[in-house]
Amino acid sequence: MTGEEIRQVILDILERIAPDEDLSSLNDTVAFREQMELDSMDFLDIVMELRKAYRIQIPEDDYEHLTSMASTVTYLEPRLKDVPVAG
Amino acid sequence: MALNDRIVITGIGLTAPNGNSLTEYRRNLLDGVSGVVQYETRYMPPVLAGVCDFDELRYQTRREVRRGTRAGSIAVYCSNEAINHSGLDWDDVDKSRVGVYLGITEHGNVETENEIYEISQFDYDTKVWSHHHNPRTVANNPAGEVTLNLKITGPHLTVGAACAAGNAGFIQALQMLRLEEIDVAVAGGVSESIHTFGIFASFQSQGALATHEDPAQASRPFDTARNGIVVAEGGGICTLERLPDALKRGATIYGEIIGHAMNSDASDFVLPNSERQAECIRLALSRAGITPHDVDLVSSHATATEQGDIEEATALKAVFGDTRTAVNNTKSFIGHAMGAAGALELLGNLPSFDDGIAHATINIESPDPRCQLTELVANKPRDLGKVQRILNNSFGMLGINSVLIVEKYEG
Repeated sequence: MTGEEIRQVILDILERIAPDEDLSSLNDTVAFREQMELDSMDFLDIVMELRKAYRIQIPEDDYEHLTSMASTVTYLEPRLKDVPVAG
Repeated sequence: MALNDRIVITGIGLTAPNGNSLTEYRRNLLDGVSGVVQYETRYMPPVLAGVCDFDELRYQTRREVRRGTRAGSIAVYCSNEAINHSGLDWDDVDKSRVGVYLGITEHGNVETENEIYEISQFDYDTKVWSHHHNPRTVANNPAGEVTLNLKITGPHLTVGAACAAGNAGFIQALQMLRLEEIDVAVAGGVSESIHTFGIFASFQSQGALATHEDPAQASRPFDTARNGIVVAEGGGICTLERLPDALKRGATIYGEIIGHAMNSDASDFVLPNSERQAECIRLALSRAGITPHDVDLVSSHATATEQGDIEEATALKAVFGDTRTAVNNTKSFIGHAMGAAGALELLGNLPSFDDGIAHATINIESPDPRCQLTELVANKPRDLGKVQRILNNSFGMLGINSVLIVEKYEG
């Protein structure tokens, strides 16, 4: 997947987790938690959805890389470069 | 009785398969309108169920609905409706003195089934088992979600009492109010049970799941052609207060709980026991300080199982046999709403205090002679003239029995 494709995957996940939020003006460089209502359970939803759709295991120590859209895409790009977008 | 021990109903919120407010629900009960429909469930051909269509987003965001359970959503909806109906100035209420007591038949089955289905898609890899499972399945979840939504910091509990749970929720609240642990109770019963296939499959295996070509005719308590239970979801929740508090704030009082009782059959896992049921009824009557003649209407439990209806009819005959007390049944309209059943059945009858009418028991084409209820209100509502006391039966598996007696408050 390209960085842009990964970004869209994350947006789709966020739309499911935070269905009341308007994500159209999401700032990629600002932490998710500062732009929307997201607690630790929601955050685990992101990790879980990635695990289910792409079989990617994200170790707990790496959670700190998933704070914003930009840092999340940066973290996932090398790990998902050979993985196609899930249907 | 000491004034502070007198407990009254001051607000009502409900969702039933045939109504999402007391007005709508009561209208449909008087008009003979059923809420039973055909329903799709996992692993089984279509079944019949009582399905609710209340607006989940009236008091919850999409995120909250997604995070919580269906039972939680039902509880939140009904609690908010009850509080609005009560006229309580909610912002001014001391939330640490509000208690939430909700009866449930079961909880956790829905989420567990969903999660097992989910991991079956991943070769049973438990690494994809939801982190939401535990908070969704703890037995206090429905009551806990109410405290989260309404910012209630007083005590909360669910009361597990099988199909007697609705009454049990009210009884728990009454006791906590009398002990002065709380000043306002949000109490009743809820059920999300149609969302688990297991409950349908188990009743089917027991030979106790109703079938009928016409869903509206499937739930047939006391009828010769009855063939089992229609499972339903729903919720019936009230605000309860001590009488002096209700009077002080000028609350409308929808009824006073003048008697209650619970006991156990101690005889069988599933088969009910008419002797113990009669004992329970008599205990409630004695606590209320009244005789069977003083009861105007019995809201029966009858679920349309063959033996269950006979046992209850036998108990009712033993207690009310020489009275003209009318008997009706709400499950004939909405099916068996499990944890919500006792609450919804009481609430569907409460408006009788105002209009003097007992709603019907529908689907009585041929009354079962083994039940012999001479005062059964069959098929059409009956004008009783004046209704002052309603006795509400709810009985459940493992031989749990509950009876509530509510009196019209006349000051």
